[in-house]
Amino acid sequence: MTWEFTLKWMPKLLQGATLTLELVAIAVVAGLILAIPMGIARASRNNYVRALPYAYIFFFRGTPLLVQLFLVYYGLAQFDVITQGPLWPYLRDPFFCAALTMTLHTTAYIAEILRGAIQAVPVGEVEAARALGMSQAKAMTYIILPRAARIGLPAYSNEVILMLKASALASTVTLLDITGMARTINARTYMPEQSFFLAGLIYLTISFVLVQAFKLLERKLRVNALQGR
Amino acid sequence: MNLDLHGFGPALAAGMLMTIQLALSALCLGLVLGLLGALAKTSSNRALQWIGGTYSTLVRGIPELLWVLLIYFGTVNAMRAIGHIFGIPNLSLSAFAAGVIALGLCFGAYATEVFRGAMLSIPKGHREAGLALGLSRPRIFIKLVMPQMWRIALPGLGNLFMILMKDTALVSVIGLEEVMRHAQIAVTGTKEPFTFYMVAALMYLTMTALSMVGLAWLERRASVGFARSAS
Repeated sequence: MTWEFTLKWMPKLLQGATLTLELVAIAVVAGLILAIPMGIARASRNNYVRALPYAYIFFFRGTPLLVQLFLVYYGLAQFDVITQGPLWPYLRDPFFCAALTMTLHTTAYIAEILRGAIQAVPVGEVEAARALGMSQAKAMTYIILPRAARIGLPAYSNEVILMLKASALASTVTLLDITGMARTINARTYMPEQSFFLAGLIYLTISFVLVQAFKLLERKLRVNALQGR
Repeated sequence: MNLDLHGFGPALAAGMLMTIQLALSALCLGLVLGLLGALAKTSSNRALQWIGGTYSTLVRGIPELLWVLLIYFGTVNAMRAIGHIFGIPNLSLSAFAAGVIALGLCFGAYATEVFRGAMLSIPKGHREAGLALGLSRPRIFIKLVMPQMWRIALPGLGNLFMILMKDTALVSVIGLEEVMRHAQIAVTGTKEPFTFYMVAALMYLTMTALSMVGLAWLERRASVGFARSAS
C-alpha cells in the first residue's frame, strides 16, 4: 500500500463513489415507493390479488441481478418496437438501465419485507382501529402502515446495504462506479491488489456510515420501544 | 424464436453443469469457513473472537463482485511468487478456483452468523451433561452440538445457498464458462440478446426452484420428531 498510489487514484474512486451512491439512492427510494402497493397486495387475503405480485417477486428473487441487468441493457435492443420507440434514448443509457433494473430488483425484496411487516402488526390493533369506525383504507394509512414501517425498518436497512453491494454490478454495463473505477485503474496501473483494496475500503466506509444512520433513524422512530406487544 | 437455440443449447446445458459444480464447491468451502468462524466467535479466546468478528464484518461489507475480482486479479503476483519458490513457473488461480474461493468466502461470512445463532440456541445443560459423562470437548461438539445445530441452522443456510446460486453469475465476469458466459457467447454469435438472457434467467429459476424443493425435503427430514409449532 503506497501513499503515492492512494493520493493519485483516490479522487477517481471517490468520483465513482458518487455514482454508486446515486444508483443506490434511486433504487432504494423508488423501490420503496413501488413496493408499498405491491406489499399491500401481497398481504391481501384474495388469491387473485396475491398472484401477480407473487409472480413478479418469484422472478426477481429467483434470477441473478446480473441476468436482469443484461436483459434490460442488452436484451431490449433485440426488438425493433423498442429501438424505434419513444423510450429508446433512455433505454440505451447504461445509467438509466442500471437504476431501472436495481429498482425493479429491490422492489421485489422490499415488497416481501413489507408483507412480513404488515402481517406482523398485532391483530388487536387493527381490530381496535376498525372498532373505532375507521375505514379499511384509513386503518391502513394511520395504523397498519406506520406500525409496519417500524417493524420492517431493520430488514429495510439490511436491504439498503445489500443494494450498495449489488450496485457493483453496474460496472459490467460500462458504468464507472467504485468497482468500475477500480477495474479501470487496474487496467492502467497493473496494480490489482491496491486498486481493489482501496475500492473495498470505500465500500466498507459507506456501509459503516449507512448502518450508523439507520441506527439513528431507529432511535428517532423509537423502534425498540414500540416492539413490546 | 428458435427452439434449438441456434445450436447453442448443449453449450448452455454444459454451462448449467458448471454453475452447479461451482455452487456446490463454494458451498463446501463456505460451510467449513462458516463453522470455523462461528467456533472462533463463540470461543472464550479473545484473539479468536477478534479474528471471527473481523472476518464476518470485512467480508460482508464488500461486494461479492469485488471479491471475485480481488481474488482473481489480486493474487496473480502472490501466486507467481509462491510458484517461484516451488519451481512452478506461471502458477496462478484458475477462474473456477478463484470463483470457489470468493463465493465460499462470502457464504462463510454469512454462515458464521447463522451457525453462531444455532450454537447459542442449544441449551447449556446439554454441554454440561456431555462433560459430566466424561466426553472431551471436540466430541461434545461433534456428537452433541452439531447434530442439533443442523436442524436450527438449516433454514438460514438454505437462504444463503439461494443467494450463492445467483452469485455464481458474477464469476462469468472473470471468464468462467458457466451459464451467463455461454449466454454472452451465444449473444455475440446470434445477435439475439433477449432470447439468450431470458433462457439463462429461466435456467437460474429452475435451479432455485429445484433447490427450494430439495431444501424443503432436508428441513422435513431434519425436523423429524420435533412437533411443528401450531401456526
